[in-house]
Amino acid sequence: MDYAYFLVVLITGIVLVIGGIGLAALISPKSNNPQKREAYESGIPTRGTSWMQFKVGYYLFAILYLMFDVETVFLFPWATVVRDLGVAGLISIIFFLVILILGLAYAWRKGALEWK
Amino acid sequence: MFDFSIVTTWVDQFLRTYLPEFWVLAIEFVVVGVVMLALYAVIALVLIYFERKICAFFQCRLGPNRVGPYGIFQSIADMLKMLIKEIIPINHTDKLLFYLAPFFVVVASFLTFGAIPFGNGLQAFDFNIGVFYLLAVSSLGVIGILMAGWASNNKYSMIGAMRSGAQLVSYELSAGLSLLTMVVLSGDLQLSTIIEKQSDTWFIFQGHLPAVVAFVIYLIAGHAETNRGPFDLPEAESELTAGYHTEYSGLQFGMFYLAEYLNMFIIASIATTVFLGGWMPFHIGGLDGFNQVMDYIPSVVWFFGKAFALMFLSLWVRWTFPRLRIDQLLHLEWKYLLPINMVNLLIMVGIVLLGWYF
Repeated sequence: MDYAYFLVVLITGIVLVIGGIGLAALISPKSNNPQKREAYESGIPTRGTSWMQFKVGYYLFAILYLMFDVETVFLFPWATVVRDLGVAGLISIIFFLVILILGLAYAWRKGALEWK
Repeated sequence: MFDFSIVTTWVDQFLRTYLPEFWVLAIEFVVVGVVMLALYAVIALVLIYFERKICAFFQCRLGPNRVGPYGIFQSIADMLKMLIKEIIPINHTDKLLFYLAPFFVVVASFLTFGAIPFGNGLQAFDFNIGVFYLLAVSSLGVIGILMAGWASNNKYSMIGAMRSGAQLVSYELSAGLSLLTMVVLSGDLQLSTIIEKQSDTWFIFQGHLPAVVAFVIYLIAGHAETNRGPFDLPEAESELTAGYHTEYSGLQFGMFYLAEYLNMFIIASIATTVFLGGWMPFHIGGLDGFNQVMDYIPSVVWFFGKAFALMFLSLWVRWTFPRLRIDQLLHLEWKYLLPINMVNLLIMVGIVLLGWYF
């Protein structure tokens, strides 16, 4: 039953966007001229496209994020049953965390966390 | 406490006596959808008014005071204005992604909104993986923001989207790990169970220092995830005009605006639910007289009271601190919050295993 309501909320969200933008498109005024349709870059004519190579720093953080996010996914099932697992669960997860922290330490040492 | 599920089951039974199964379900689905939609819109309008008024008081201004008494209809007037603004089509955009981006941003916040328990029995759906679901769905918004920035074919949008991607993705880790710390304490992911377990004291008091540290980290990370306050690099007005939504106009921009305010509410309500007991009144174990007095205040009032108190804190931070630089922002996350969070998680596990919590 919960999943049915999940679908209801999902569809309502989509309807909200379609309905809102559709209504606005119907009742809002329309006018057109070539200057208006240009990209807005503070009044200066755009040079070239924006779809180009980008700073690699952002990419590095995305990779690091991937590592830690997958880790969080693995930790959630452990966190719910940590009382039943007891000390054995804690020790085995410490190994897991240490390997991850070594990964972070490596990235830190290599300067991946510095913004150059 | 008044349980709203009495009302919902009564309506359900009432409909079932007169109508066949199919129509009962159809009516219930439509009612839930309409109620969620209305709540979503009303909370956004209230929040916009709340923010403008508070920001004005912080800056020694009066704020909106023309439309209605104390300007309370200002945000409704703004909404109508936004509805009749022209939607300007831009040349050289990636059309599909450009029009798809508002959907991702709004639907992600709407789905998160659906799982929030607003009061005793007032919850659209209650998954047994509640906390995990909240984290998973709220992270969908990043895709919408990246899409918007990329599709606009505008340098400002592109820089804004890239910054926003790096920032949201980084701070999601801290938000996730601090919620994980509380999951260790509660031993359950379902939101209704989490709230029931706080009927004696709230989790922030149950878990000693680690819970408080997790709460503070969650507030910082959550604040960064809403792209506001000192962390508003993605749409830094003075550098990037409007960041990733520079090219959006009319109600398309309105959708981003709506989602931004709702995200603030969502972060505050997740913090309320997991740390401050959700709709649960302030109880002290053993003091029955005090607890009964607290029970007279309705659960909805408790929930919105706590959520708005946290949002006030968020606004206070927003209007007090200057904007960070991108390297400072990422250093704060990766060099401070993340290691602190890891250690904090282990301390919390120790406390839970030794039974040192209340």
